[in-house]
This record gives sequence, C-alpha cells and structure tokens, in this order.
Amino acid sequence: MKKKKVNIAVTGLNATDNPGPGVPVIRALHDSEFFDVRIIGLSYESLEPGIYMHDLVDKTYQIPYPSAGKESLLQRLEYINGIEKIDVLIPNFDAELYSFMKLENELKYMGIHTFLPTFDQFEERHKINLSEFGKKYKIKVPFAKAINSIHEIYSLTPEFTYPVVVKGKYYDAYIAYNPEQVLTHFNKIASKWGTPIIIQQFIYGSEYNVIALGDGKGNTIGAVPMRKQFITDKGKAWAGIAIDEKELLKMTTRLIKNTKWRGGMELELMKTQENEYYLLEINPRIPAWVYLAVGAGQNLPEALVKLALGIEVEPYTTFNVGKMFIRYSYDLIVDLSEFEQISTYGEL
Amino acid sequence: MQFAWSYKTNYLNAVCNIFHQEGSWAEVVSGFEYDKAIDNGVAGSKIIFNGPNKSEEDLKKAIKNDSLIHIDHLEELYSLIFLAEELKKRPKVAIRVNMDTGIYPMWDRFGFNYENGQAWDALNKIMISKKLDLVGLHCHIGTFMLSPNAYAIAAFKLTDLAINIEKKYSHYIKYIDLGGGFASKNTLKGSFLPGIDTNPSIDEYAEVISSALINSALNPEHLPTLILESGRALIDDAGYLLGSVIANKRLSAGKRATILDFGVNLLFTSFWYEHKITPAQEFTHYSEDTVLYGPLCMNIDVIRENINLPLLNKGDQVVAHCVGAYNVTQWMQFITLRPKIVLIDLDEKVHIIKDNETNQTMVSLEKLPEHLKKIDLK
Amino acid sequence: MKIKKNIAISDSGFIFNPSTGESFTVNPIGVEIITLLKEDKVKEDIKKQILDKYQTEDIVFEKDYYDFVGMLNHYHLAETNEEEES
Repeated sequence: MKKKKVNIAVTGLNATDNPGPGVPVIRALHDSEFFDVRIIGLSYESLEPGIYMHDLVDKTYQIPYPSAGKESLLQRLEYINGIEKIDVLIPNFDAELYSFMKLENELKYMGIHTFLPTFDQFEERHKINLSEFGKKYKIKVPFAKAINSIHEIYSLTPEFTYPVVVKGKYYDAYIAYNPEQVLTHFNKIASKWGTPIIIQQFIYGSEYNVIALGDGKGNTIGAVPMRKQFITDKGKAWAGIAIDEKELLKMTTRLIKNTKWRGGMELELMKTQENEYYLLEINPRIPAWVYLAVGAGQNLPEALVKLALGIEVEPYTTFNVGKMFIRYSYDLIVDLSEFEQISTYGEL
Repeated sequence: MQFAWSYKTNYLNAVCNIFHQEGSWAEVVSGFEYDKAIDNGVAGSKIIFNGPNKSEEDLKKAIKNDSLIHIDHLEELYSLIFLAEELKKRPKVAIRVNMDTGIYPMWDRFGFNYENGQAWDALNKIMISKKLDLVGLHCHIGTFMLSPNAYAIAAFKLTDLAINIEKKYSHYIKYIDLGGGFASKNTLKGSFLPGIDTNPSIDEYAEVISSALINSALNPEHLPTLILESGRALIDDAGYLLGSVIANKRLSAGKRATILDFGVNLLFTSFWYEHKITPAQEFTHYSEDTVLYGPLCMNIDVIRENINLPLLNKGDQVVAHCVGAYNVTQWMQFITLRPKIVLIDLDEKVHIIKDNETNQTMVSLEKLPEHLKKIDLK
Repeated sequence: MKIKKNIAISDSGFIFNPSTGESFTVNPIGVEIITLLKEDKVKEDIKKQILDKYQTEDIVFEKDYYDFVGMLNHYHLAETNEEEES
C-alpha cells in the first residue's frame, strides 16, 4: 500500500524529566503504516530537545506563548502554514489547548485539521470542576476544594485530613503535610499559574493511568490502562506496564460514551487498599507515555490523525498486556550554530 | 428588558447622556449621583437608587420622585416605612438580595441573604407593612464575573422569591434586576491567558440569563422586566488614555524601565488590570521586557510590572487600552493635575467633554485662615 | 571600552560568551556597534560612523550608546581594566 503523505505539526517537544508528549507522538506517527509524515515541530523555548532531533522532526518553528494571546499565535501559524502546508496539528500542552480550541475554525479555514475536545468537555473535566464531574458521571473522586486566598488554608481542617495535595490550575501538584507546607506550595503555584489553587484529599494507594481516544460520537477508538512501576520525584512515570484491568477499561469506555469525548485523553487514578479507584485528574490530551500504547499494539496518534482528516478508523479492541515502557534520558550533541539559529530566527 | 446606566462606572455627563439617549435609565448609589441623574434630565421614576448609604434627605427626594429604591439593610427598610407615613406616599421599593452563586468571593455585605432566609423575611416585612410598593427584586453578584453560569443561579434564586411572593400575596413583581459585573476585555492581574481571549462575550451572558428566565417557573402572563445595570461592559473598551514617555532608565539588575506621564493617579484600574499599552508611532520589531512607571514620586506608581515593548524614546506616545470604566470616577488629584477628556463622535468629530484641571480648580474650595496669609520667604 | 577578545558575534546578532556559556541577541545596530568595538574603535569614531550612516541626533546616539554599553558591562561582555593591563 502506498502511504498517504501528510504534514503534521506537533507541540510539546520538551522531552525532559517532566516530558511533553510531542516526541513520543512523533515516534508513533513515524511508525505508521498508513501515513508518510513530515513533522513540523512547534516550540516555545530554544532548549526543547525535540527541536534538535532531526531524525524525528523535519523543521521546527518557535510559536508565541499562550499568554501572548490567540491573535499572535494565529499570525505565527499563518506564516508557518504558508511555508509548510500543515494538514494536521496536534497540541500537547494543557496550557495551550484553550488557545488552539478557540482557533479551531480559523485553522480549519487554513486547511489545518485538529481533533480537540469541545469547550464543554474541556471545562467540565477541569480540575476545579472535578467534584461535579464525578457526581455527574458516577465516578469516585477525592474530596477537593478550590481556594483563592491563603487565609483559607488554616480552615481546611476538619474538612480535610493531612496530607493533602496542592494543585495548580494547569500544572504542578505537591503533597503537603501541614498548613505551612500548603502555604509554601500555594505561593509557588499561584505565582506561576494564578489562582484558584485546588486542595485535594490525599488518597493512599497505587497509581494507575489510562490513555484513551474518543471519536466525539461516544465511541472509544482505543484505550490502554497502565500501572506506574517507577515514579520520579516529580511524580512522573519512569517505567510502567500495560495491564489487563477490565474495570478501568469499562470506566473509560463509559466515560467516553457519556461525555462523547473528542480527542486524546489520560485518566489519572489511584487504587486504594479497598480496591476502589479514585479519579484524580483527566488530562484532555495524549499523555507522554503514549508510546507504550503504540508498543502494545494501539497506534493512537495515528488514529487521531485519521479522525482529524475524516478517515474512517476501526476501533482497537485488544492490546498486548504486559508490555512495559522504561524511559531513559539521552544526551544529544548539538552545535551552537543550531541553538543560534532557533534563538535568533525562531526556525530550525 | 431595560438597561440602567451605572453612574459610578463613568459619570461624565456626556457619557451618561450617550446611554440615556439610547434609552438607559440611571443607576445611582449616592445622593451626589442621584442629583447628577436628575440634572441630566432623567425622570425620577427612571432612577434606580442602590447602595448602603442613602440619607433621610436622599430617601425623601427619591420617594417624592417615584424613584426605585433598592433596600440594602433593615435600618433603611424601617426608615422607608416611617417616611412613607410622614410623606403619605408609597415608596416604590425592591430589596437587594445576596446569595451563593458558586463564585468566590461571595458578596454578602450588600442586601439580604437568600440562603439563610433574610431576604424572604425582609420581603414579608415589606408586604405586611402595606406601606411600601414592592416592585422589584435586585441582586449584584460580584464584579468582573468570568463565569456566566453564576447569573443563571442568581436568576433562579430571584425568580424563586418572586414566585413565593406571588403565591403568598398574589402580588406580581414588576422587574428583576440582575445588576452588573459583566467582564470587559481587560486582563485581570494574575491571569495566565489574556482577557480578550477568555472573557465571556455579552452573547454568552445573554444566552445564560435569558434561558434561565424563560425556563423558570414564572407565569409567562406576568413575566417581570429584566433590568441590567451594565457599566464596565459597555464603556471600558471605548476608553483610551494617551500619554508620552518621560524617560528611560536601567534598574540595578539591568531591567529596562520606562517612565510615562500617567500613573496610578490617572489609571486607577492598573491596580487590578494588566492594561494593554501600545506605542502610538512606528516602532521596530525589536522589543525588550520593560517595567512601566508612572510620573509620581511614589514607589507604588507602577502601570505594568512587566510588558514586552519595542524600545521607546523620550517624547514617544503610547496608548493605554480599555480604560473607560472606573477611571474617570476614581482617579485622584494627587501630585499633579488631571487632563482633559475628549469624545470622538460617529462622524469622527472631536468634542472636549471635560477640561484640564488648573491650580485654580483645585484651590477654589480651600480657605486660608487670616494668621496664615502672610509668609516671609523673600 | 573594549569587548572581550573571545566574545563571538554573528551577523544574526547572536552573541556567545565562550567563557561563561551565556548567549544573547542584539539588533542590527547592536551588531554594528559591537563589531566596531571589536575593531578597537573608540566612542568618537563609532559616533561619527553611526551619525554619518543614520539620520539621528547626537544626543540620541549618546543616550542609546550609554545604555548599550551599560548592558555590555552588566553582562560582563566588556574588558575590565585589570584584564586590559594584564
């Protein structure tokens, strides 16, 4: 079969110890039997490792930070699209999704396809709304409260028992064992991502994640549950294993059916001693460990590109249980001239 | 549906009259604002009188003029009953209701609380007194509301009160006043994304409010009028402040600083917004992170802590955007005088609507005691 | 005022300080001034050259030059006196 040529723009090239999903998404797309891909990297900073991985990324352009507003982003994308003729764009950061969702129609007009959650889906699953979300879809979630001011910290008990998890609106989560620690984390997170700050009851147990892809009509195109086997001090999985857990798959397909989820997602769950799953978070995008799903037989980024282009996709129903991923770091050797190129011209 | 121009947002007479010409009533929160509305030619019956501080004189005037008095606390309610007897006239009243709409912070300092029954008690007192004409229900749930859904909750709670009044007293409420608080396109400090991308549009608020009222249990034969007291959402984006660069300097850590000829004295809202500031002449595409200071000899006089701007030179002009609301009413005569304000009409004609302040304007109310008149510093 | 010998500047305005690993970017006029400084031109020569080439005033050049050189010093891109002596 002759592969279909497509130009795909991908963000999240920060393959660091708190990795963005861009590089694994790109690896998955290169593995595709169906597509022959040219990858356009979109970066925010000059030191995102993906920029320098020339065997994976054909060309990279800097784009403005989301805080610069969607107009500047659109202008930059118009420029890039004028050169690259992008077919599909896959954003991979939580903090940038809002801007790309707002630009969905403008992008489509430019011939750039996306496959993103709707605003309702995006808002409903937001950390701040998780309690409501749990009630609505009958999923257990840890007790949580959004606070806006440090004055609320000392009145968290008796509603909460320590330890609690202190979370930012977009990123960052820290465990706090007393009000003083909550205060420290509150200030640190608030200065970066603003308020409110979410206080969540800490749940003891082991961490499970599910990666899934919804077609926007209620069907699950693929889903793979994973248990974290090794966790870094940033709470990120450094190793994990694909597991056969029917309950998690049932929960995922039910959730996608009821929400008519559109696009990639990651469920973060905690399993207690009593074998109960608590949903901690829903990330409205493909997670950084997506390549485990590919290794286990479900090329979800490829399926997402097909959905974006309106190509029919046969849902994945199985995967290889017991496949593992073990992350490693790798030192790229880069010439200063390349760094200069991306820093001064915004292209490499 | 009826708008009432929120005077405190911007009470320059020219601005008020733009909205009055468009059919807006007046919404005032003090005797000063009340008299201003009367002087602008607004009929007393088209003035909504809000706020916690209405003097007895204010109330008498409002009763005589058939204005809509929105009661803030019980003291006021009892005063009104007393004045009604004294003046032999039924004041037209509404109560202000505060409530939990899921918004932080909850504004519970104004009016009567819905959840704990204070509001219902106050309504019963009004109805049983028979001295007051209960014409409306009012709430104002907060300021710069970024979640339209809070208005649906507010509408639901006010209609619930209206329905209970109807059931108990067969009395129909004439209007429901949902107040204001609608966001403009400004960016609040601490926001990650710019306000122009994220703040709800007027359509979104309208959709939520109208569907909440249509889907409520209100009798469609007796639907109350919806009143909105929008100020900021209608005027903020229309105001610009023009200024120029006084000087540039480097701070000790190497950061660029630019001093402008306007500061927090004129742009009071820079305490809570990150105002968009743009150069008003051609500029290069080379830019640098800069702190923008005002001209006051005060450390707090900062317009933007950090903004990426092209390099400006002394005398270059800049524009501060979205400054139409809460500035010309809250700005201060501090250290220096305030500038004139011009209005550009639809034919691009420029009208001066407020003149420059002079030393004379500022000292005209001052009085110098006799023994201080003479100084000898020659 | 002299630029450290080992500072590299490219036409794009990319400055690299090999002894600290820091890098900076400057605009085209910055490139010109650094290039002149590297040629050991003194301020008066640089001023003449810039004023001949561009339509700008003496005082504007003075202010901008002072600011720019201040930044070069701030980021340790200029020779200090001791180094000059050694």
